[in-house]
Amino acid sequence: MGDLFLVYKNITRNMLRFSLNTFAIVVAFLLLGILGSINHAFNAGIELSADDRLVTVNKVNFTQPLPLGYVNKIKSVEGVKDVTHANWFGAYVKDSNHFFAGMAVDPESYLRVYDDYIAVDEEPKKAWFANRQGAIVGEALAKVYGWEVGDRIPISSNIFSKADNSHVWDMVIEGIFSGKEANADTNWLLFHYKYFIETQTFGNDWIGWVTLTTQDPSLNEQVAREIDKKFENSFHETETSTEKQFNKSFLEQIGNIGFIITSVVGAAFFTILLIVGNTMVLAIRERTREIAVLKTLGFSSSRIFKLVLSESMVVAAFGGMLGIMLSYVFVGGMRNAPGIRNMLPNLYVDSSIIIQSLIYIVILGVVTGFVPAFRAMQLNILDALSKR
Amino acid sequence: MSADVLFELKNVDKKFVRGKETITIFEDLNMTLDRGDFIAIMGPSGSGKTTLLNMLGGVDRPSAGKVTFAGEAISSLSESDLAKWRADHVGFIFQFYNLMPMLSAGHNVELPLLLKKMSKAERHKHVAAALKLVHLDERASHKPKELSGGQQQRVAIARAIVTDPDLLLCDEPTGDLDRATATKILEMLQMLNQEFNKTIIMVTHDPEAAKFAKRQLHLDKGQFVDKEI
Ligand SMILES: Nc1ncnc2c1ncn2[C@@H]1O[C@H](COP(=O)(O)OP(=O)(O)OP(=O)(O)O)[C@@H](O)[C@H]1O
Ligand SMILES: [Mg+2]
Repeated sequence: MGDLFLVYKNITRNMLRFSLNTFAIVVAFLLLGILGSINHAFNAGIELSADDRLVTVNKVNFTQPLPLGYVNKIKSVEGVKDVTHANWFGAYVKDSNHFFAGMAVDPESYLRVYDDYIAVDEEPKKAWFANRQGAIVGEALAKVYGWEVGDRIPISSNIFSKADNSHVWDMVIEGIFSGKEANADTNWLLFHYKYFIETQTFGNDWIGWVTLTTQDPSLNEQVAREIDKKFENSFHETETSTEKQFNKSFLEQIGNIGFIITSVVGAAFFTILLIVGNTMVLAIRERTREIAVLKTLGFSSSRIFKLVLSESMVVAAFGGMLGIMLSYVFVGGMRNAPGIRNMLPNLYVDSSIIIQSLIYIVILGVVTGFVPAFRAMQLNILDALSKR
Repeated sequence: MSADVLFELKNVDKKFVRGKETITIFEDLNMTLDRGDFIAIMGPSGSGKTTLLNMLGGVDRPSAGKVTFAGEAISSLSESDLAKWRADHVGFIFQFYNLMPMLSAGHNVELPLLLKKMSKAERHKHVAAALKLVHLDERASHKPKELSGGQQQRVAIARAIVTDPDLLLCDEPTGDLDRATATKILEMLQMLNQEFNKTIIMVTHDPEAAKFAKRQLHLDKGQFVDKEI
């Protein structure tokens, strides 16, 4: 028997209390693990987006269209290096639960502008350029549906329809691309703008947004201002920002995710601080007499302090670790859900979350254990033993 | 001063301050106690028996005066030195046993040994010896609630002697036990005094219990009423 055995015996003497405490702690750390990972995944997407690519969208709302003619007009702005455009397609296969990011683009210029992001071999690239019904898909997406080069796939849109009222476009996989950076998202599909615009019934010669590169990142601000000025007071005013800012404001449309997550996790931790702290205080109060006996036997006050603090540290560590482990399981499971994988390709329990959890374990242990440990340390033997 | 004086109380005052009121329990109390003695302290309730025992056991201090143990003034030791002194020299036996409910008898007895530099094997040897002495070697794995009152008190005695202290302090050790069980406990204390030369100070209300001691002292209104002390 050592001090740790004593700690263990004290923690487990009331199994119901121990289970409830553990449950509360596990839930809090599970929330931290899951929500922290989601937040991290959102931010990872933003981090990956380039700072030297600019995006021009409709000023009213980025879901509103722009005229195709803007592409050339933007190209003529001083400082612009290259321009491409894209239309959101709202792609899915089989049923709308199997949706993913699909975009109708101008193949050549798109691959030029995204040269630092998309890696695709020469041969499939040429094949795609040549086939109006051709598409290239990211390797992550291809893996999910088992697509291979040469496959003919019916891709549906949850936004657009064709003249015959169908929502299905036949496409041929001409290539599979990978990301140039390690955790680049490749859960998307690219196909010909021409094929899209000529078959859909929404109207002619419109695009979703324009993406451009500048000759030098230092020109970004000036170029963005220039572009937006150019279309001021027209039917379609624009708003140009860096891709990073654009992605950020896109996320902010969903809500301030960081804030929501901080609030939920904060509330959870505040609750367990109260629950665990309170039960620790109660547990020690019930043991006043025992602690006085230990002191009488010769246990020093500092040793008593350590023993009691260790109890809450062990409870926090046990529940916390369990919570972390469970969040691994949950986040792993979420990652395998196709919808989530598309939205959050970088969803995993990052080491930064583990470190954060470990710090929280220490804080939780100290905060819930300090008061009872201090009281136990200060406990007067005579007062405690004379009470019966 | 003879060589085997264990305790010496010199001009000991003990006062409790409760709000504005000051209660004086002892005033100018003097006594000496020899090593190897077995004393029963008797007296009416509130006469200060427990208070005296607490001062001897180093869990309470006199308001004035000096308590020396084997020449060492324990009344002026610091709190932590006093804790160490208790661990080294005193075994406590309480009326209500005060065992840890979540620990087995063996682990309860082992508790004071955690304060010693001792290997696990050594600790187990001492625990086994102490339990054997109180005839509970077969109950080592039992929890206190699985034991009778008398058995629990025997575990408490084993816990008190496991570190081989010079001194055993017992506050009403048989106060919660029936006559037959009490007799067994008292015989055990007597044996520890006679065969192991433990100095024992026992507080009791029970004149029958007091007969097991070598000497009886009677406290009243903060003074010993016996002729020689
Ligand atoms: N911590 C304390 N604060 C104030 N008064 C105290 C304290 N401890 C003891 N007293 C008082 O000191 C007196 C002696 O108490 P003590 O416990 O020593 O008596 P006792 O002889 O052991 O009595 P009993 O036989 O009932 O155990 C009592 O009047 C008690 O109220
Ligand atoms: Mg008393």
